Amino acid sequence: MSENTTRASSPSPVGHRPHPAVEALRGGLRAIWGNRKARIGMILLALFILVALLAPLLAPYAPKDNSFDRNLGASAQHWLGTTAAGEDVLSQLIHGARISVIVGFGAGSISTLIAVLIGLTWGYITGFAADVVNFVVNLFLVIPGLPLMIVIATYLQNGGISVIIAVIAITGWAWGARVLRSQTSTLRNRDFVQSAKFSGERAPRIIFREILPNMTSIIAGGFFGSATAAILAEAGLEFLGLGDSSIVSWGTMLYWAQNSNALLTGQWALLFAPGLCIALLATSLTLINFGVDGISNPRLREGSTGR
Amino acid sequence: MRYALRKVGLFALTLWAAVTLNFLLPRMMPGSPADAAIARLSQNGPVTDETRAAVEAQLGVPDGNILQQYLAYLDQVIHLDFGISYAFYPEPVSGLVATALPYTIVLVGTVTVIAFILGTLLGVLAAWRRGTWLDALPTVGGSFMNTFPYFWTSLLLLFFLGYVAHLFPTFGAYSATAVPGISWDFFVDILYHAALPAVTLLITSLGGWIIGMRNAMINTLGEDYVTFAEANGIGGRTVALRYAARNAILPNLTGFGLALGGVVGGSILVEQVFGYPGIGFLLFNAVIGQDYPLMQALFLMITVSVLVANLLVDILYGVLDPRTRR
Repeated sequence: MSENTTRASSPSPVGHRPHPAVEALRGGLRAIWGNRKARIGMILLALFILVALLAPLLAPYAPKDNSFDRNLGASAQHWLGTTAAGEDVLSQLIHGARISVIVGFGAGSISTLIAVLIGLTWGYITGFAADVVNFVVNLFLVIPGLPLMIVIATYLQNGGISVIIAVIAITGWAWGARVLRSQTSTLRNRDFVQSAKFSGERAPRIIFREILPNMTSIIAGGFFGSATAAILAEAGLEFLGLGDSSIVSWGTMLYWAQNSNALLTGQWALLFAPGLCIALLATSLTLINFGVDGISNPRLREGSTGR
Repeated sequence: MRYALRKVGLFALTLWAAVTLNFLLPRMMPGSPADAAIARLSQNGPVTDETRAAVEAQLGVPDGNILQQYLAYLDQVIHLDFGISYAFYPEPVSGLVATALPYTIVLVGTVTVIAFILGTLLGVLAAWRRGTWLDALPTVGGSFMNTFPYFWTSLLLLFFLGYVAHLFPTFGAYSATAVPGISWDFFVDILYHAALPAVTLLITSLGGWIIGMRNAMINTLGEDYVTFAEANGIGGRTVALRYAARNAILPNLTGFGLALGGVVGGSILVEQVFGYPGIGFLLFNAVIGQDYPLMQALFLMITVSVLVANLLVDILYGVLDPRTRR
């Protein structure tokens, strides 16, 4: 809230003033950029997105070109060696970035949207209606994500990447909704909400205009959190052989590596590289979260003593 | 008391909904176990009607309308009778589950408790010594470890410590030569085999607790009552532990309860990599063998354990934080 007022009073040429939302976004990005950890995260994420976009240009070979010798170690022709099927590991690695980036952002945004809509409403309302929502959210919360994903993926063998995104989003929003609910119910009794209520504001306006801005960091944090979870879940499903094992992703690379006994043939690059990429991509999102936390929670800002 | 009763009532309702969902889920999906089995048979040649009837009889294809099926299913659930496994034919599903359950509960349960205690303490320390290496190391290290895919950490530890260095066993819960029973040797053997999976689970779950506790703690450290306590000259450690940490731990307790509930189903990938014969490995085998009765029973059990943990956390939260009772 205080962010908005300070930004509105900053001098900018009248007439060329961008939309407030654009300005808020720019201010938010600047605040994240100001945090050292978050800056590293943003650069890392940008790098992964770039690699995903330019995969065909960057990869030395086609990802499914299996005309090479099998189980090769690292060499000048194949920096990370070849797979048991005779494919270039580096090319597969570069193309694999696409799936993870798509799944992370796709499933992350869908589940965050559901979490915000349900979590804030749930936290504001009381009585029987809250119990009904509690019931529905609990139902989604108690159904453990990975087992449910595994069960559905087993029934829908090789459903493709959109099925995986849908399953991850549907199983992943409940936790965020719960966190947002508890935060909302604490804010509900704060003075500014009470005064908004007494001045005759309607519930949706109070929820989304008064309470919501106070939770930017939690929501953004929730998005990066669910994107991270989605990337890990997708890799896990592919690793179990439950996704579409014909596509090239980091998860399927590890699936084929384990099934072709890379543990025994000692091809550590084949085991090491895809997992490291998953971990680095997920880390970039987590690092950005450090900066996001600082935006609407000044206590978490770098450099502030917090006391 | 009314608060607790209401929670128990909701619990019963949710339990029923979860059980019903478990019934509906396979019926909403395309195909049936018998169809899948027949599809596999038909790859070897045409399938006669007699074969089809035999397969359906063997796989226990439900007869009657959906209501009769539902009542029969509820009856089965109440008697914990989940039929015969396809993949481990003719073992009953309930026996397989009972064999696998202790492994998972002991392994994952112990690690979850250790990770929670250790992570919370490190989080308190990080927030209290903010800006020093005591903050930076666990925060950055923890958030990096938190992003490791479980199965990848498992694969790396298995590869380097198991296959390359030969320090740890590479498969199973105990040696093939060990004699299961209550003896010191067997106990040591079990611990030896559980070490790598346990370390994997600890590495990947510790970071979440550290970050969660640190951030909650930083928030409470900025509250007025903490400043007031400091102004009164109360010692730093007392303020940190008795004033700030006590309140900051509340959100983490919710997570802990849910993590305990997730113990039963939370280690599928780790158990699969290490071939550790717990619930997760059983679920993996059920999935690979398209063993629907086993899969359904496991899924129901994993769900119910989270449900029970959720109820306990709700009640505990009401005791600890009176504001939520309103």
